[in-house]
Amino acid sequence: MEIKEIQEEIIDEFSMFDDWMQRYEYMIELGKSLPLIKEEFKTDDNIIKGCQSKVWVHADLEDNKLIFTADSDAIITKGIIAILIRAFSNQKPQDILDADTQFIDEIGLKEHLSPTRANGLVSMIKQLKLYAVAYQTQIEE
Amino acid sequence: MLDIKKIREDFPILKREVNGKPLVYLDNAATSQTPQQVIDAIVDYYQNYNANIHRGVHTLSQEATDKYEQARIKIQKHFNAAKSYEIIFTSGTTHSINLVANGFSSLIKKGDEVIVSAMEHHSNIVPWQMLCERTGAILKVIPMNLEGELLMDVYEDLLSDKTKLVFCNHISNALGTINPIEEIIEKAHAVGAAVLIDGAQAAPHLVADVQALDVDFYTCSAHKICGPTGEGMLYGKEEWLNKLPPYQGGGEMIAEVTFEKTTYADLPHKFEAGTPNICGGIAFGAALDYMNAIGFEEIAKYEHELLEYATQELLKIEGLKIYGTAKNKTSVISFNIEGVHPYDMGSILDKLGIAVRTGHHCAQPIMDFFKIPGTVRASFAFYNTKEEVDVLVQGVLKAKSMLL
Ligand SMILES: Cc1ncc(COP(=O)(O)O)c(C=O)c1O
Repeated sequence: MEIKEIQEEIIDEFSMFDDWMQRYEYMIELGKSLPLIKEEFKTDDNIIKGCQSKVWVHADLEDNKLIFTADSDAIITKGIIAILIRAFSNQKPQDILDADTQFIDEIGLKEHLSPTRANGLVSMIKQLKLYAVAYQTQIEE
Repeated sequence: MLDIKKIREDFPILKREVNGKPLVYLDNAATSQTPQQVIDAIVDYYQNYNANIHRGVHTLSQEATDKYEQARIKIQKHFNAAKSYEIIFTSGTTHSINLVANGFSSLIKKGDEVIVSAMEHHSNIVPWQMLCERTGAILKVIPMNLEGELLMDVYEDLLSDKTKLVFCNHISNALGTINPIEEIIEKAHAVGAAVLIDGAQAAPHLVADVQALDVDFYTCSAHKICGPTGEGMLYGKEEWLNKLPPYQGGGEMIAEVTFEKTTYADLPHKFEAGTPNICGGIAFGAALDYMNAIGFEEIAKYEHELLEYATQELLKIEGLKIYGTAKNKTSVISFNIEGVHPYDMGSILDKLGIAVRTGHHCAQPIMDFFKIPGTVRASFAFYNTKEEVDVLVQGVLKAKSMLL
């Protein structure tokens, strides 16, 4: 599936819920299905700055597509990163770079997070895009 | 007995809803809510006599100056300072501590020692670390036990004739521990060291008598005692305030200025450069009036009941651990549930209308001591109720069932 399609799917899923408690419950569920980062990559270098809970993200290139894995010590944060990874993993670096992140606003995620978590969300997106930049240059070389 | 229902009527914000639920405000250690009486004082200032102080001959300026100086006297009386000019208006505890730490740069030299407690707010650590960097002085730390009580015998061992300064909070914001400051002050004085007590968390719960304590510096923030933000006070003994150089230069703090030399104004103006937070100072006074009218003894008694009730009810939750179990503590409960990150807990409680603080509470060394990323902190004020404690407990249970 293309990034855009996956994002539409996520928007649809979130629109099914009436209130934010339900959405939180759903995010917690998503957090449990997060493709986990290998322990060896859970280093301080891989911690995303700007998050108040710890978040680690790692990327591997397979068949010219980026596969993201991640983890966090907080479960709602895990849910957030799981949503992002679902939208961006298994995609070509260039497609990740071209993709917008409008869907985050459409599911209302940002405004329902505390300011520190919302900052963390921005940092996470930045980190995914940074991986895409790095691998895109690698492919071009 | 306090009439809590009537007291709650004084606080318009407590009628608010958050996320469709009635607000349960349990973040009082971060900032307290503001009663109508204080809001009225703020409005009155801007509506009726807003003017710059200490400089105008006109009526409004006179009125504003009078009210501002009356507020200083209210603060003086409240803390029982000997002189009104020993009360310096500051923007809060952080500003006060920086003022003193900066002043001590010229009084401290390489190899001198300063002592801090293990349970300080960052604002009572960082300015002193900066002082040590500037001067080459050495920072020593009074450790604590697992209950969150300072090890006073180690403190005694740390003291020597090299000790120039001891700084410690009266009450810990993260743990609620009431520290034995009488003893801390007495022992420091015995070796000739000065003492600064950070009263930010104590001022909402009890009245410190600075003369009885014989403390050299005492500070607090208005916003934790039903007053406005960005306002606070520093008490300093006259002899110390005379010894310290000014902190900031500018208007108000001078006696005479020529390009060759400036002479400084007398206390307290020497430390009050620029146009101050005039309205803030006046509202600070109004907040003390409000709290004193209710009565600190009654407040302390009632908050203690809330603390005991909340502790008892929270401890019924399986896997819940309270950090800070000192025998002598105020209405602050820092806790975690095994396997639950404090941020997750805080996020869900927020959705239920319950305001708590989560994280390291600007006291990272305490979290490192307990080897945790942070805690959930519920802090109670005299306007909170047992029903709100019940809502908290239900909220924690609900969050726990979602998160585990
Ligand atoms: C013990 C303690 N010290 C200092 C401060 C800093 O106060 P302010 O931010 O008002 O300067 C706080 C506020 O949280 C505190 O709890």
